Amino acid sequence: MKRFLRDYARSPAAVVGLLLLILVIGMAGTADWFFPRDPLALAGRPLQWPGANPRFWLGTDNSGRDIAAQIFHGARIALLIGLVATSIAVGIGIGIGAVAGYYGGIVDDVLMRVTEAFQTLPNFLLLLVLVSVFGSEMSTVVVAIGVVSWPAPARLTRAEFLSLRSREFVEACRTLGMRDRQIIFREILPNALPPVIVYASVVMAVAILLESALAFLRLSDPNVASWGNLIGLGRDVLRVQWYVSAIPGVAILLTVLAVSLVGQGLNDALNPRLKGR
Amino acid sequence: MSAILSIEGLTVGLPKGADRPHALSRVTLELRAGEILCVVGESGSGKSMTASAILRLLPPNVAIEAGRILFEGKDLAAATEAEMRAIRGAGIAMIFQEPMTALNPLRTIGDQIGEMFRIHTDLGRAETDKRALALLEDVHIPDPKLAMRAYPHELSGGQRQRAMIAMALALSPRVLIADEPTTALDVTTQAQILALIRDLQRRLGTAVLFITHDFGVVAEIADRVAVMQHGILVEQGEAAEVLQRPQHAYTQALIAAVPPLTAPPPRAFSSEAILRLEGVSKTYRNGGFFGRGKRVTRAVRDVSLVLPRGGTLGIVGESGSGKSTLARCIMHLVKPDAGVIRLGDTDLASLSPAQLRASAKRIQMVFQDPYGSLNPRRRAGELVAQGPMVHGMARGPAMARARELFALVGLDPAAIDRFPHEFSGGQRQRIGIARALALDPEVLVADEPVSALDVSVQAQVLKLLAELRARLGLSIVLITHDLRVAVQVCDLVAVMKDGEVVEHGPIGRVFEAPEHEYTRSLLASVPGRDFALAKGAAPLSRV
Repeated sequence: MKRFLRDYARSPAAVVGLLLLILVIGMAGTADWFFPRDPLALAGRPLQWPGANPRFWLGTDNSGRDIAAQIFHGARIALLIGLVATSIAVGIGIGIGAVAGYYGGIVDDVLMRVTEAFQTLPNFLLLLVLVSVFGSEMSTVVVAIGVVSWPAPARLTRAEFLSLRSREFVEACRTLGMRDRQIIFREILPNALPPVIVYASVVMAVAILLESALAFLRLSDPNVASWGNLIGLGRDVLRVQWYVSAIPGVAILLTVLAVSLVGQGLNDALNPRLKGR
Repeated sequence: MSAILSIEGLTVGLPKGADRPHALSRVTLELRAGEILCVVGESGSGKSMTASAILRLLPPNVAIEAGRILFEGKDLAAATEAEMRAIRGAGIAMIFQEPMTALNPLRTIGDQIGEMFRIHTDLGRAETDKRALALLEDVHIPDPKLAMRAYPHELSGGQRQRAMIAMALALSPRVLIADEPTTALDVTTQAQILALIRDLQRRLGTAVLFITHDFGVVAEIADRVAVMQHGILVEQGEAAEVLQRPQHAYTQALIAAVPPLTAPPPRAFSSEAILRLEGVSKTYRNGGFFGRGKRVTRAVRDVSLVLPRGGTLGIVGESGSGKSTLARCIMHLVKPDAGVIRLGDTDLASLSPAQLRASAKRIQMVFQDPYGSLNPRRRAGELVAQGPMVHGMARGPAMARARELFALVGLDPAAIDRFPHEFSGGQRQRIGIARALALDPEVLVADEPVSALDVSVQAQVLKLLAELRARLGLSIVLITHDLRVAVQVCDLVAVMKDGEVVEHGPIGRVFEAPEHEYTRSLLASVPGRDFALAKGAAPLSRV
């Protein structure tokens, strides 16, 4: 563990990413303390520029809501979307990938054709379909994002399993009389996990972006203070009061950047082949 | 004869945190014109590092700290990178252990040999091709014209190594460095390549620095021998002198570990069969789109063998002979297409998956690769305790059993909390054996259990197997490509070729009076056969 931290700390970009991520988590944690009021409640005159009124240090949007409050509370939503959607995507991906990779043959063929069917559809279009069919409540949106993001983790897990399943330690487990379930999840999976964990950071970044894109099209849950909703709202006043869209845009940019940098740092620290470079 | 390459007080430093400060320390060595000098040592002794240092191809963070490497009067340790490039290939050439990875898979053999001329000379295309062809003829590759146009994967291991040698000899170097050139090859191919190197060296007068871990190979081709241990040159001298009268304790130990090639006196074992194979066959069918390009490999054909209770059956064959597939059939890791495998009275094929899992207790396997056969994320004790736990033992007693087994196979019981990578190769193989024994099996199938280990460690692991067999009344199937390993522990031996058993019987009989042509050629190919036989007849005093 100590060695892992040292390897991680070796890359300055990874450390910057981690600090940014801690900042976002800090914002999410302190949102209620700094902004105890409902972030979607009317707070003052609409469209005040940042700094114009000391009460609203990031200004107000076109309905007169406090942008800073929305940014802080939005950090919660962004992290929630990221974590839950990623867990769903990686969970489905690992399950399907592990079974396909371990059994091979016809099982693999069927599961991989299904995966390809999902991959041939642009996942944003699929997301639009799901949201328009099942409605745009936040829980539905998060599940839908998870459901459209699983094919890549599935393929990655399958590739790891394909190379691991023919290793002698797996044969050794079979000669001991272990059940397949035990071999897949207790013996092979821990060895296949590092690249999947690293890839999860990409899924998380994409999940946050997908929700913002939905919100921009006003298809996300309007009753939640998400960064995407704020951008979508700012669209109407984009030419003059551009800050309404720009501030949450920067927040999304930094969060996605932080998650990606942390993922890259994890990759460098977990991948033994890159050590000493 | 004068020295063509002399190393004087060469010290090569390792990066901080390595197991010792110097890869080589004050190595002084002389290679004379027209001789074969064998550098011998176990893994980690610094013998390959010597070769890399001569060519200045050291890995990053490893550097020459002191000493000189004189090649024809020029100090290579101080030469510039441009000077080194002119010497590599033209003055000093090298052959590697694994020809498949040393050759570029995307270019033809002829092209890769021609590259030597394109880099170092300004010959025309036609002349380059002519010379490459002549070289391939020189190394006795079958059908040189075809080999010119072949890609590396289209040649066999032996042919690839011949192509590598042709490439190394392209510019008639004064010195040829061969780093374990025959280790990855089968015995019969090894014998041919050794004869080829010997023959070329005599004809061309090239000095050869031959790196090996195998004293059999040394006895076969060396003029002089240098023995290395932990980066220090402990002994050097004429081959006959070192082999017959080793001075240093380490050399004596290494030579003592060379197995004798005569069978021990036959042991008594019961006539009741514990494992019986009847007409077992396994065929692999490969790809093929609408029947085109379909390949059918008959890995095991109609094999019938009997393992008596308490006996040891050796299955010997070269790579591709089907011996590992047979082992996997016995373990039911691979389902045979035809034939019956009986363990005691039960036909394994007739069992349900659950019964098969339960019968796993009766037959266990030891694997070849001590690095790949242990799950790197589990502790050693857990790995051993897993078997009993799968079969219903609680964790506490299972760990206690693991401790006992660690003691049984000669490991420290306190080491059960360590991870596999914290053990050496030989120790890991002991963990593998302990895991197999944890279920108290009646039959142990050992697939090349020692081929990845150093000679002295091999001897220890084989001794352990023989001891366990006597103590626990095990019956063992030992799969190996090395006749020298088989002869040490087996009672019965079956020789396999192309999936078929060509000869089987008591090991003494098969070794002294082989009936089949192939067995005879296998026996004749064992490197240093005369040396090993002489040793068996008049054993050296053990150290």
